Amino acid sequence: MTIDWTHFTPLSALAGGVLIGLAAAWLLLENGRILGASGLLGGLIPPRAGDRPWRAEAIFGLVLAPFVARVLFDTPSPAIAAGPATLIVAGLPVGFGTRLANGCTSGHGVCGLARLSPRSLAAILAFMAAGFATVFAVRHVL
Amino acid sequence: MNCVSPFLVGLLFGLGLCLSGMTNPMKVLGFLDLAGAWDPSLAFVMGGAVVVAFFAFRVAKRRGRTLSGAPLDLPTSTAIDGRLIGGSLLFGVGWGLAGLCPGPAVTDIGFLDGRAALFVVAMIAGMAVFAVLPALRAAPTAKAALEDG
Repeated sequence: MTIDWTHFTPLSALAGGVLIGLAAAWLLLENGRILGASGLLGGLIPPRAGDRPWRAEAIFGLVLAPFVARVLFDTPSPAIAAGPATLIVAGLPVGFGTRLANGCTSGHGVCGLARLSPRSLAAILAFMAAGFATVFAVRHVL
Repeated sequence: MNCVSPFLVGLLFGLGLCLSGMTNPMKVLGFLDLAGAWDPSLAFVMGGAVVVAFFAFRVAKRRGRTLSGAPLDLPTSTAIDGRLIGGSLLFGVGWGLAGLCPGPAVTDIGFLDGRAALFVVAMIAGMAVFAVLPALRAAPTAKAALEDG
């Protein structure tokens, strides 16, 4: 293993992580819920009538974040290298899998680990292993 | 639902994703590529987020209630089963293919990136397939799907 020192950004990574943690803390302490992106989106599919559409409001905040980020700090646009076919083939299992497992990188990864949930740790080990294996296959085998 | 500021929570979450580099799939793939030139940055994202959230959960569990006194609404499932592992493996494969997970993918739409939008449409389609599968919905753990992240 070699470390990619030119792209290694520990300070902004740590600072961004702290902001994500604060967002999770805020939602938890204010309305008692887990912050999870797949849950926010999945909870809208199908849309349910009833209380205030808080999930949609949070999603709206996510989408608006890049506009605010560009004002506050240097924010490069995402460099999405995958082509349309790959994006579709990748997006389908991400959507289906995160609903099947009830969480993704935020719900299980951040919140689950923070509340010391063995169930979330198992989920993290599974999706990390699959992620490592997939990138290995795509970049070094195929 | 007595949350005053879900929009601001989402905004803060998105700012964290932008600042940390999670919104850039090349950065994510650099982390997942252990055999290549490995970029460990994402471990720092996770570390910073988990440490802050850890203290928040300690406070929340000690209080047993939200700051306004409402009951907590946390997941109750502890099952480590095929559904959890299978779903997470599927998620991991898609994550490794595109370098996008749900939060950053949604945030990247804000960069007016058509590729991110296409990924999110496919992701929503995957969620919709799950939502219409009655066998899965009828499973005993279906309630947890509404609870977890």
